Amino acid sequence: MEDLLRMPARELGRKIREGELKAPDVAGCYLERIRKAEPHIHAFISVDEGKAAARAKEVEEGIREGRYRGPLAGVPVAVKDNICTKGIRTTCGSRMLENFVPSYDAEVVSRMERQGMILLGKTNMDEFAMGSTTETSVFETTVNPWNKRHVPGGSSGGSCAAVASGEVPLALGSDTGGSIRQPAAYCGVCGLKPTYGTVSRYGLIAYASSLDQIGPVGRTVDDCAVLYEAIAGTDEKDSTSTGTGGGRCSEDVFLTEPGCLKGMRIGIPREYLSDGIDEEVKNAITDAVRLMEANGADAEYFSLEMAEYAIPAYYIIACAEASSNLERFDGVKYGYRSRADAELHEMYKKSRQEGFGEEVKRRILLGSFVLSSGYYDAYYLKALKAKALMKEAFDRAFEKYDCIVAPASPTTAPEVGTSLSDPLKMYLSDIYTVSVNLCGLPAVSLPCAVDSRGLPVGMQFIGARFQDRKVLRTAAVYEQLRGTFPAAWEKEGM
Amino acid sequence: MARQYETVIGLEVHIELSTETKIFCGCSAKFGGAPNTHTCPVCTGMPGSLPVLNEKVVEYALRLGLAANCKINQYCRFDRKNYFYPDNPQNYQISQLYLPICYDGYLDIPAAGGTKRIRIHEMHMEEDAGKLLHDEWEDCSLVDYNRSGVPLVEIVSEPDMRTAEEVIAYLEKLRMVCRYLEISDCKLQEGSMRVDVNLSVREAGSSELGVRTEMKNLNSFKAIAHAIEGERERQTELLEEGRKVVQETRRWDDNKETSFAMRSKEDAKDYRYFPDPDLPPVLISRDMIRELRGRQPEFKEERARRYQEEYKLPAYDAGLLTQSKRLADIFEDTAKLSGHPKKTANWLMGEGLRILKEKGMEPEELTFTPRHLADLIQAAERGEISQKNARTVFEQIVESDIEPLAYMKEQGLMTVSDSDAVHTAIEEVLAENQKAVEEYRSGKEKVLGFLVGQVMRKMKGKADPGKVNELLDEALRKQPHMFLMKGVQEESNRRKTDDA
Amino acid sequence: MDSRRIDDHTMENVEILAKLSLSPQEREAAREKMEEILAYVDKLNELDTDNVEPLVHISEAGNVFRKDVATNGDGQRDALANAPRKKEGQYLVPKTV
Repeated sequence: MEDLLRMPARELGRKIREGELKAPDVAGCYLERIRKAEPHIHAFISVDEGKAAARAKEVEEGIREGRYRGPLAGVPVAVKDNICTKGIRTTCGSRMLENFVPSYDAEVVSRMERQGMILLGKTNMDEFAMGSTTETSVFETTVNPWNKRHVPGGSSGGSCAAVASGEVPLALGSDTGGSIRQPAAYCGVCGLKPTYGTVSRYGLIAYASSLDQIGPVGRTVDDCAVLYEAIAGTDEKDSTSTGTGGGRCSEDVFLTEPGCLKGMRIGIPREYLSDGIDEEVKNAITDAVRLMEANGADAEYFSLEMAEYAIPAYYIIACAEASSNLERFDGVKYGYRSRADAELHEMYKKSRQEGFGEEVKRRILLGSFVLSSGYYDAYYLKALKAKALMKEAFDRAFEKYDCIVAPASPTTAPEVGTSLSDPLKMYLSDIYTVSVNLCGLPAVSLPCAVDSRGLPVGMQFIGARFQDRKVLRTAAVYEQLRGTFPAAWEKEGM
Repeated sequence: MARQYETVIGLEVHIELSTETKIFCGCSAKFGGAPNTHTCPVCTGMPGSLPVLNEKVVEYALRLGLAANCKINQYCRFDRKNYFYPDNPQNYQISQLYLPICYDGYLDIPAAGGTKRIRIHEMHMEEDAGKLLHDEWEDCSLVDYNRSGVPLVEIVSEPDMRTAEEVIAYLEKLRMVCRYLEISDCKLQEGSMRVDVNLSVREAGSSELGVRTEMKNLNSFKAIAHAIEGERERQTELLEEGRKVVQETRRWDDNKETSFAMRSKEDAKDYRYFPDPDLPPVLISRDMIRELRGRQPEFKEERARRYQEEYKLPAYDAGLLTQSKRLADIFEDTAKLSGHPKKTANWLMGEGLRILKEKGMEPEELTFTPRHLADLIQAAERGEISQKNARTVFEQIVESDIEPLAYMKEQGLMTVSDSDAVHTAIEEVLAENQKAVEEYRSGKEKVLGFLVGQVMRKMKGKADPGKVNELLDEALRKQPHMFLMKGVQEESNRRKTDDA
Repeated sequence: MDSRRIDDHTMENVEILAKLSLSPQEREAAREKMEEILAYVDKLNELDTDNVEPLVHISEAGNVFRKDVATNGDGQRDALANAPRKKEGQYLVPKTV
């Protein structure tokens, strides 16, 4: 059983397909792991064991009958609770949607379903994906499997903690300003934020539509790659869907020899290793860069223009879009409705006042303010212009470099209860992740070291638009050089 | 001397497009249906749903823009208009503010001494809201999203109108253009054309605009005219009293025949428009514009000109028939089928318009088959039906699109072509109306009409009056005695004998 | 801090726009944090953006249209499945007139 929990997703899929393993046994093994780990980790908002078991049985038959042929048929997966699942409660970690049961599946869920993947449950998250710790969820506090006094990061903290604690081999998260990459870094797992447009957003409950992107979380780069292939591609229900820019990550791509780094041009933004970064994190990144250099990479520290403007531009744009996206939660069609059934506008205000948490309300207020008459040009339009300049800065950087390497977060996971009181400080910790969203770039986050407190340090590989596969391949080569990263649950002996 | 005032009016007109489906989802855009049956996650604002633009909406908006002489924004975009109201499921409406699809156009309207040009500021695409129903029983409102997401084009004019007549002429023109384009049926009563009137009053000669109000809920041309008159008076009175007009939205109450200010603290009127990140920009190529231009229909003016040349219609007829595309289409099809264009025009303009007026219908509501009218016209030309009966049949065609020849037979409305019957009738009439016969013979030819009428009556109208006229005339002239009754005949013979 | 960036009137207006009714304590806390964040985002004013076009969509790959063909059937049941209050196939809300 331990072997099964450690097995890479692709191998798990192959063994199920070839009959060496049975899908119900694999699902049963992971469900048992969930039962054991959940009382400590709290990664899930809902798990439906009965449904998952029945689905595993159906998939097993389907594989034998040739209905499911994909590399992940029979492989269990968890889905962040802001991705709609037909007939399964989808809460966004909010009181507002506590009892919301979607009537349709998100496109990514349909794709996984068609491939024969088995959904085990929905994972915890910061309310409406607004937060960096998963502490703004109204349901429970997910803890970091490496150290239960620390947060798993966020907002996809549930998905990353579930993978890190061996509760699932794969999970889906969403990344608006680092919400996959930062918790992946804190939890010592791998997460991909794909190029904007490559994965359909249909069914992802929007936080900031121009920045949101669904992506995979796995234990290794290859786990992410195989799940990415399963969910990516053009979707006619999402007008911003662009397709993946051609090609597929075939298996051999991920069996690349370290020699592949020879001549690879890697840029490291100096701005990302200066103010505010934890010394241990900085050293971990520079060590990783040296390791790649030693294996033929052509690494260079450079100045990434505009880096310091990413956070202000990001928070203006994200809050503006959020204020509009979250208007639909009004107590009329679904979701929480205040019992004080007053006059119409009173009903709206009370329902939203009682249904949303503090951080969500703060971002809605801020977003309403920056879009309001008299402030639109000064804030929102200014931010869109800064975004244009940022895109140019990245375009220039990618003329020189194949990949940009950066830390995923200035620190390792903070302790539970220490972040929310100072929102600005929390926002500032997104410094290395948000520009990737503003510019629609692909980026992988994976662990590169463990700090002196025993917490993982994460590193990002950032690529030009539609270079998702190149970024994954580069990260996979680095991963091979780094060697096997320990699993949290093995360390803890849970 | 009292000061003179001028009324300045601009319009915002919403046209509901007659597409099969809604603007951003594959739900039916058809009118009716049980509440919330024409819905999906997109048009009910379900979390996670996303809009995808219906290509037909872009095409229709462009065609209207081209017809109204607009410039086209080849890079146009959708914006979100944010406001909370239950008929708006997302609490934002997807519309266009910053880069609308069409701008800077005009429509020429008939005006005293020729035409007047009304400029169009811009036209944009947007989605319609759902329907709210007030439930008296529970003192609450009920929401139906069947109309939510039905495509609209909003046409914003410049403040170029001065009177209610100009406003109505502009609306009629706009409606006619839409109907020629077949992009909307533009029915005010059903809400497929909605008009908001922006009105201000200023001292005559002033070049500055006064403070304007916006009037909504105007469901007929009559309401529009009354609302304009009422608002003009209200604002003039305020100015006369030295008071100020407040910029506000007023709702017209059709029953009370007056408008009321709609005020609420919650209507902050700050829509926080920003580009919708869910919808990429719409790129309109020159080729696309060229292709659509090539496909534009023949509009009224062109068609009227052609009718004069091709069908030799008088200018008046051509102008009247092309007022409505439906009427023009019926005319043209019927004229071709019947081979009698002028007769067709007469039927449509005379009887046709009379029936429409009587029934309070618009020409657009005519649904009969042109073949049927053509058959009737031909039958009348062949003398198979009298004018009076033909009118009855025409009414039936308009009302229930009956097959005229079958109907005429069935109802016994055919002219009796059997001349024996006519001869018998003439014989009888002459015998019964000796005095008239005498008068005719003594030169009072007017009496012939009376005699024809009598024969037609005997024939119960089923004779061709022309034919009767001819036969009667013949009978009276050539053989004065031939039709006399026996007794009369004898007397006549006796006279002859006496004369001898 | 100099004169308040968000005065009472502005704050009240933003609450109306956002459809939130904050308690006085919440309002003060929210205003304080918002002002702190706004002061920080003022950093953008260092940038000269006079000749910069605002960037809305990161990728503009051409038109995305659907055909005008009905693909959806009766959606009433799904539409109302999560409605807090409903009546006769419709959503029930406090009266709007």
